[in-house]
Amino acid sequence: MITTATPATEAPILEARGLRKSYGVLDVLKGLDLSLAPGEIVALIGPSGSGKSTFIRCLNRMEEPTGGVVKFRERQVADTFRDQGERIGIGTLRRHVGMVFQHFNLFPHKTVLQNVTEGPMIVCKRSRKEAEELALDLLGQVGLAEKQAAYPNHLSGGQKQRVAIARALAMEPDVLLLDEVTSALDPELVGEVLEVIRKLADKGMTMAIVTHEMAFAAEVSSRVLFLDGGVIAETGTPNDVILNPQNPRLQGFVARFKG
Amino acid sequence: MTYNWDFQSVWQYYDLFLWGLWISVVYTFGSVFFGIIIGFVTCAARLSQWRVLNGIARIYQEIFRCTPLLVQLLWFYYAFPLLVGGSIDNRVAALLTLSLYVGAFYAEIFRGGIVSIDKGQREAAAAIGMSPQQAMTRIILPQALKRMLPSFINQSVIQFKNTSLVSVISVADLAYMAAVVNGQTYRPLESYTVMAGLYILMLLPITQAADWIERRLRVSD
Repeated sequence: MITTATPATEAPILEARGLRKSYGVLDVLKGLDLSLAPGEIVALIGPSGSGKSTFIRCLNRMEEPTGGVVKFRERQVADTFRDQGERIGIGTLRRHVGMVFQHFNLFPHKTVLQNVTEGPMIVCKRSRKEAEELALDLLGQVGLAEKQAAYPNHLSGGQKQRVAIARALAMEPDVLLLDEVTSALDPELVGEVLEVIRKLADKGMTMAIVTHEMAFAAEVSSRVLFLDGGVIAETGTPNDVILNPQNPRLQGFVARFKG
Repeated sequence: MTYNWDFQSVWQYYDLFLWGLWISVVYTFGSVFFGIIIGFVTCAARLSQWRVLNGIARIYQEIFRCTPLLVQLLWFYYAFPLLVGGSIDNRVAALLTLSLYVGAFYAEIFRGGIVSIDKGQREAAAAIGMSPQQAMTRIILPQALKRMLPSFINQSVIQFKNTSLVSVISVADLAYMAAVVNGQTYRPLESYTVMAGLYILMLLPITQAADWIERRLRVSD
């Protein structure tokens, strides 16, 4: 397990300041801050509609925030795909900040191997040989090397999600954003995906994890943010937030998930 | 009723039928070719964020989808020249109208195929750093083309049949030639049956192939 990094002393890899997002009159995010230090794992928990997914989707510009700034390695994110002088382009940002989705979103017309090599080959312009070596190594790490020639629709949900993780890792990202990656899975398939994430945590991968798996969040994360109504209502160590919550609203929320 | 079939006297004009058939095929392929280009441009306009472009494309589509092709042919041949002054060659009018007509439908088929692809696909492509263009050509289009194919073939089959309307502005297609042969032989039953037979002969293999493709695509989905 990762030692709890102290964000103050190390320069953050990814940072959000005063992040806001509204859809018309509906304010989903009301000014959120986040700072991810290298090797840090932050879990975002909260009731549905609290804005956790919107929040991490703003971090790699899947959603365009209506206010606030996102910085990657101290460079503010531009509004354009390409870099704008000091500002980092959205395309560049996404090369370094990987994302895994709730519904996997594998490319159905490509094999497992092609799903993983697509990024390195097309975006990073690496050779096929290089990309395939990397992909096979990653597929091995998620336990799916033997499925390399299969198409996604022949895989189980858990296998799909593991391929999706390998696809994100193939970009060799500095940060990984995981958006409810086990929520669409049958209960018996959740474990195999969590196991992969646990291994990433052990290797020191920096991650922001939106999850409803409280026990898992408590186990892997170094810091937990409890989002409620578009603000960070509580933040602290897993012990403070999940295991011994003080805030009554948080107590109620955590109790429901501990089952 | 006894009728003395006499295909012999009609079929002696086989060269007219074959030439007419050839003309029909040429207008089909010509209008499919230009229709794809028009449909592609219109589809791009419909998908663009630019409202004016979007509106123009919509108006074009609705005009051509909501008026009969026959009316469009008559308008372009007889009315359009008065509007711009001068005259228009009937073959040009025919190809122009057929292309604009089918282009409006193709645009909708293309657009439907593209928007039917789950938005998660675009997001997944974006998340690994692909540009919108890369996501379109490598992820969205390959999947969308597969979904478009059955409707595209269907519309093209209809287009082949639609070319028979150009005979009303004296383009010598298969329907026109059948009428010519009928004029020569006074044998409408045989003339028009041969014509119908030739249309079937051309299209039956295509519809069968389309069914086969559709079945195969369904299996691999």
